[in-house]
Amino acid sequence: MDVLVPLPVAIPLLTAAALTAFGYWCGRRLDDLIAIVATAATLVISLLLVFRSNDHDLVYWFGGWKPSNGVALGISFTVDPGGAAVATLVATLALAALVFSWRYFDEVGTLFPVLMLVFVGAMCGFALAGDLFNLFVWFELMSVVAYALTGYGVEHAGPLEGAINFAVTNSVGSFCILFGIGFLYARTGALNLAQIGEALAGRHADGLVIVAFTLLVGGFMTKAGAVPFHFWLSDAYAVAPVPVCILLAGVMSDLGLHAIARIYWTGFSGTLTAGDIRPVLIGFGLVTAIMGGFMCFLQRDLKRMLAFATISNIGAVLVGIALLTRSGLASSIVYLNTNGLLRGAAFVAVGILVRRFKSGDELDLRGRGRRAPIAGVVFAAAGLGLALLPPFGPFLANALVVDSADTLGYGWVPPVLALAAVLSAGTILRAAARIFGGLGEAKDPLFSHEPEESQEEPTDTRRVSQPLLWIPAAALALVGLGLVFVPELAGHALRNAGRLVDRSAHARELLHGVPPPPAPAPSYSPSAAAYAYGVASTLGALAFAAFGLYRRRLPIVLRRAAARVADRPVAGLKALHSGVVGDYVAWLTAGIAVLGGAVAVVVR
Amino acid sequence: MSYLPFVLAAWIFLVGIFGIVRSRHFIHLVVCLSLTQSSTYVLLLSIGYVKHGGAPIFKDVPLGTKAVDPVVQALTLTDIVVSVTVAALLLALAIQAKKHAKTMNPDELRPVRG
Repeated sequence: MDVLVPLPVAIPLLTAAALTAFGYWCGRRLDDLIAIVATAATLVISLLLVFRSNDHDLVYWFGGWKPSNGVALGISFTVDPGGAAVATLVATLALAALVFSWRYFDEVGTLFPVLMLVFVGAMCGFALAGDLFNLFVWFELMSVVAYALTGYGVEHAGPLEGAINFAVTNSVGSFCILFGIGFLYARTGALNLAQIGEALAGRHADGLVIVAFTLLVGGFMTKAGAVPFHFWLSDAYAVAPVPVCILLAGVMSDLGLHAIARIYWTGFSGTLTAGDIRPVLIGFGLVTAIMGGFMCFLQRDLKRMLAFATISNIGAVLVGIALLTRSGLASSIVYLNTNGLLRGAAFVAVGILVRRFKSGDELDLRGRGRRAPIAGVVFAAAGLGLALLPPFGPFLANALVVDSADTLGYGWVPPVLALAAVLSAGTILRAAARIFGGLGEAKDPLFSHEPEESQEEPTDTRRVSQPLLWIPAAALALVGLGLVFVPELAGHALRNAGRLVDRSAHARELLHGVPPPPAPAPSYSPSAAAYAYGVASTLGALAFAAFGLYRRRLPIVLRRAAARVADRPVAGLKALHSGVVGDYVAWLTAGIAVLGGAVAVVVR
Repeated sequence: MSYLPFVLAAWIFLVGIFGIVRSRHFIHLVVCLSLTQSSTYVLLLSIGYVKHGGAPIFKDVPLGTKAVDPVVQALTLTDIVVSVTVAALLLALAIQAKKHAKTMNPDELRPVRG
């Protein structure tokens, strides 16, 4: 029992309550300061939890309702280093977002820091919750706050539409999750994940289990933004205020995937074998990675571009989880943390541009970014990191996938992932070169239209280059790139993933308090093939950036041929992202049907 | 145990989804969403149902009295709270859409495309 465990949730929520009651009289700056201090405290405690849970999970039973004879009546927080790392990521990004919004907004009510704090508390709770229904409650809490934050600039059509699409689609996803929870409870009589796992283990997976698994995974994929559940994501992230985007794109999407990993390993791994489920999840992951990268290339609005880059990254994290191996799981944790930080940094850089030049449009900003060099460096660094440049974090995560996929006989997966990284990171590098270097052409008919009124434009045009704007950007980029230099990072990730993967030992630990057998952290160094993929995708991303900039200088014959092949699919893809919520829900339903059908086919 | 409640829950869910997909008005959309959510109440309550079971209040009753499952009832209550929150938020957004974008039709309010 560790008294620190509930604090990452309690501190932000209690502070939010206090701010709601008294914030009005404190004045804006004091409100902001209180929120920043509370988030910083959350960050420190989450980081402590990462270290404390390194040898064995920390299980906190609320009210002291410990399980007896393996039956959990109470509610628990279950902290493993992966979950605590996610909570730390939440707090880090929130801290950066709050510091950034100090100067970013000219006017923002007390409600903004309050909502941000509730968002932080809910996401930490989601990362730490040990039973399904609590997972659902935290999921709903963070979703509702996220809808409100997305629609913060309600006087424009863009944020309204984004928030409505976000709210409706995610609500339907959450109903699916609730259905899944209900089915599992009907079968096992338990809500605690470990206990569900014990009840299901060794039994044949019948229709009910398959349906429950499908609905849970589909619901969490909706939150994560996997294709074809992703449509809301690009609409919402393109219109949310930048400080909110940092949290949404940096970590909220990944939380859905984190939940899928935990639900599979703790709950279902005893009944649905990894070999059966693997191809289905890998399929969803790869389609997401490629589709996100491709749509990313077609954007000129920087926030929407980063939203699609997020989708592409989500696909890559999903593939890591979908390998359903210890290495895959370790890779997803490393990937999620480093990519989240880098995307957060890129969003802050975009925020600096919006604040300074009142525009978030790649073509509009061509060459004007030279006057904001720090934003440029951060943006380009994020792009290079996402392009799997060795030896940084995303590269390390990809290396784990490469080495694991080869032994499983999925050797064709890493090239596809590298291609996805080329597409999305290449687009970010293209935008960096155009905005901060003035390279490329001033017009491109291929791009989607800029969403009108997409920004919550700050009203005054004073020269703002205060350090409070660029320090969060630089800090996030540095931490994101530097995380890989933590000694034995991969080894620790592998060891802790190993603990989650060993379901029965994990359940004994959670339900009976039997500590797991001590395991030394394995040492890991990427193979030559992994380095080859890293270098190739970095070079590929640079080449793709150049292609995006100077596409129209290619010989006319080539261009005509490309137009014949690509024009229709491009128009089709654009038409799919119609912005109408009914279409999105239809796609969601179809996605659930495909997922369920595929799972049923492979299990039978 | 009867399958009827489960069929009913699935039916309500699908009808609600159909309504959302076809919706051309925000208020209609929110009502359909709430309808879809009510299918989860039916599901949860029917899971916890025990034939001839009383309310799960264990005061002044002999040990072993049949009662319906209180856990799913708690889940349903939480679910209702969630539903009200989301509906309130969406209706507030719908008011803003009417005020600023002068439309209640999701088809007309779509600046983001492609």
